[in-house]
Amino acid sequence: MANVLTSVGDPQSIPALLRRNASQFGTVPAYREKEFGIWQSWTWGQTEQEVEAFALGLIRLGLKEGDFLAIIGRNRPYMYWSIVAAQSVGAVPVPIYQDAVAEEMSFVLRHCGARFVVVGDQEQVDKVIEIQDQLHQFEHMIYLDPRGLRKYDHTHLHQFSRVQEQGRAARDELMDELDVRRDRLNYDSTCVMLYTSGTTGKPKGVVLSNRNVIETSKSSSQFDSLRQSDDVLAYLPMAWVGDFMFSIGQAYWTGFCVNCPESSDTMMTDLREIGPTYYFAPPRIFETQLTHVMIRMEDAGRLKKWLFDVFMRQAQKTGSAILDGKPVNVVDRLMYWLGHVLVYGPLKNTLGLSRVRVGYTAGEAIGPEIFDFFRSLGINLKQLYGQTEATVYITAQPDGEVLSDSVGKICEGVELKVDESGEVFFRSPGVFVEYYKNPEATHETKSPDGWVATGDAGFIDSDTGHLRIIDRAKDVGKMADGSLFAPKYVENKLKFFPNILEAVVFGGGRDACAALINIDLAAVGNWAERNNIVYSSYQDLTSHPQVMAAIQDHVEEVNRSLMDDRMLSGCQIHRFVVLHKELDADDGELTRTRKVRRRLIEEKYRDIVDALYDSSTTVSTETEVTYEDGRKGSIKATLEIRTVPMDDVSVRLAAE
Amino acid sequence: MINQPQPRTSTDDRVIGDVIMQMKDITLRFGGVVAISSISFDIREGEIRAIIGPNGAGKSSMLNVISGFYRPQEGEIWFRGRKRPAMKPYQVARQGIARTFQNIALFEGMSVLDNVMTGRLNHMNPNVFLQAIWKGKAEREEVENRERAERIIDFLEIQHIRKTPVSRLPYGLKKRVELARALVSEPSLLLLDEPMAGMNVEEKEDMSRFILDVNDEFGTTIALIEHDMGVVMDLSDRVVVMDYGKKIGDGIPDEVRSNQDVIDAYLGVSHD
Repeated sequence: MANVLTSVGDPQSIPALLRRNASQFGTVPAYREKEFGIWQSWTWGQTEQEVEAFALGLIRLGLKEGDFLAIIGRNRPYMYWSIVAAQSVGAVPVPIYQDAVAEEMSFVLRHCGARFVVVGDQEQVDKVIEIQDQLHQFEHMIYLDPRGLRKYDHTHLHQFSRVQEQGRAARDELMDELDVRRDRLNYDSTCVMLYTSGTTGKPKGVVLSNRNVIETSKSSSQFDSLRQSDDVLAYLPMAWVGDFMFSIGQAYWTGFCVNCPESSDTMMTDLREIGPTYYFAPPRIFETQLTHVMIRMEDAGRLKKWLFDVFMRQAQKTGSAILDGKPVNVVDRLMYWLGHVLVYGPLKNTLGLSRVRVGYTAGEAIGPEIFDFFRSLGINLKQLYGQTEATVYITAQPDGEVLSDSVGKICEGVELKVDESGEVFFRSPGVFVEYYKNPEATHETKSPDGWVATGDAGFIDSDTGHLRIIDRAKDVGKMADGSLFAPKYVENKLKFFPNILEAVVFGGGRDACAALINIDLAAVGNWAERNNIVYSSYQDLTSHPQVMAAIQDHVEEVNRSLMDDRMLSGCQIHRFVVLHKELDADDGELTRTRKVRRRLIEEKYRDIVDALYDSSTTVSTETEVTYEDGRKGSIKATLEIRTVPMDDVSVRLAAE
Repeated sequence: MINQPQPRTSTDDRVIGDVIMQMKDITLRFGGVVAISSISFDIREGEIRAIIGPNGAGKSSMLNVISGFYRPQEGEIWFRGRKRPAMKPYQVARQGIARTFQNIALFEGMSVLDNVMTGRLNHMNPNVFLQAIWKGKAEREEVENRERAERIIDFLEIQHIRKTPVSRLPYGLKKRVELARALVSEPSLLLLDEPMAGMNVEEKEDMSRFILDVNDEFGTTIALIEHDMGVVMDLSDRVVVMDYGKKIGDGIPDEVRSNQDVIDAYLGVSHD
């Protein structure tokens, strides 16, 4: 190609990085996707051609500079190419959560005014068609999988491969235009716009520039010495900033290979087949994996169970220390080695984590027990702290300095401060440009000199220099008697029990804490099966006396561990209820990244929460639910409220 | 503005071709019991043809006649313009007629993939020697057959259970695997014996979607037996109604729905 980058030095846009990778690593795989049972792969060289063909096709369809192109679908190479192709022609890619209901999708598409939408299959085509009347700017839709779409009107609907074909055919005519547009990209042009799910209110469009993405990718790749030969599995929602950084930012910066699973159902199998070296998962995935391991060990033979128990104890004792390179005596080392041969190695292999060199968890606090479990197996799992507004990275744990209750040291190039109220602020090259069409929110979050409020309460541990996050700043409160109330801290303790999927703790400004609890159907269902407990539905299972008893045991155990904590002993749970339905993002109870929307839940289950704080022993309730296709229905239930005996505390209170 | 296609009607743009199969005056008796008495109807290329009727109406018998499992005492079967001589089921299968069963008939111990691959049997080289050393043509064939199988697995969205033994699958998925096995043989006529029996609403919706997609994408002619009237009326282009071995109605769903004999057969009629 004849043209030369207009700026000297490092590439200043993702398309420029693509060109660099295509010339430097032209023949090594950039993308793999399992399709028709086989891993198909594309080299960096092929990727450049695919992206170019699609970009030309987009120009041909009339995509202009500054236009928005929405991307809705699961992680597939074509979807990532769409992002880079959009950037190449000077448009702004906007990945959207594919499981968003029509209403949410409509809001985002209207807000950014996307003229083009790239979708995965018929389901998403139908969803967009359903809301197209509300979208004034919407013009063209491009889909990947033609199945079921043959008979649709194709004047504004196009198949991805056809757009590429037309782009290739028009290469001579449009290539100059593409080159000109690509060369106009610089550090200040917009790289991507990502909507934050927002635990409160409507989503906000976070504008990230090439500077944000590339600078952050550069420093974070160095921090973890990511290599060109690394492999990642891209399975997290494309609309989430984490996936954008790993699968686009860092992948294009270091040139490693992005592997896409065959379907969301085959993720675990694909993970095992690929064996990523760089792995990222939110705590929920690790929780689920641990729950599955525990369930399956319950079913294992005696010898296996014994081996597992013995060696897991050994691992808990020395695993993390060995991983961190701390001194460990010879006997323990030998035992650990034996454990590795007999248990940890095979287990890691089953989990698909054998090759993981750098693993991260973030997005939510992870239960220390879960974290330690994976680390003790010898998996270099670390935590980082970040948000969309920071292009992910604010703090991260360096190798060998991993603590389960911290989120790591301040990343290179990041400045951090904690104000009097305990809220964490940061300033970095990754600081977002603005919230799109929302100057008030931008102003509220980001000060003129670049400091951004995270909305999280935390402090820097003076001994280790690590940042510790307590909770969302607005959630941390005081109880009626003035003691500290940190709901998430307690919820995380509850969620470590495999039987508990989700918990919401109330208590700010009240005399006592109470909890709504969701059981984990996989774990509890399995337990029910083994104990010959008959149940007909999720709702039925939740109200079973033995399930209630088991959950009560868990709550009591959490209370015992809270009692040891001077600061948080006031957060012991006095009363709880097991909810008759799973909290669901479709009902707005969780964000798309599965964070609890506390206020909304308190509002929605007002009757139950009220009952938790009077002396009633049951509560009848009717809850609205939204089905996957957007229809609404309701569930009625009568729930039992359990009061947890609180001898010690009441005795102590009485004494005072 | 993108216009979504209208729900299917008998007049939509799908190519419904000529008659592919014709049943002429079929009578089937088991001893003194007349299971089917002198029934005639036809199936057109590319359509979804339903056979409905109350319990014991003779629907499954009719399907078994088409698949060659029962040999009718009277009547003729014309397939692709030719009168079909008495045939064994495997010969019928070779003609391009595949079926699924009311009470699933899969190889329980084998994986989903292997089950689906058995559907390719009629496309495999019978040369035992070549198969044994697995070289040359045998290898190429295996690759091609696997490719076809994988396309169907992808189409029916059962990738996640590809390697799972069938015995471990829930009922709804087994039904889908059976459909996959029938489809992979690239049939020109697909017989479905109660594809939605025993399914919940969601599974029925999925299965309906797949049946429509199969018909749309591959242009496969489908003859199905079904109890669920709602499903039948939504899916099929034309419906044959049977009662006590006799044909009591034949036509597009709307005609059949308003046919008095059909209403009587389903709702009962007072004999006073």
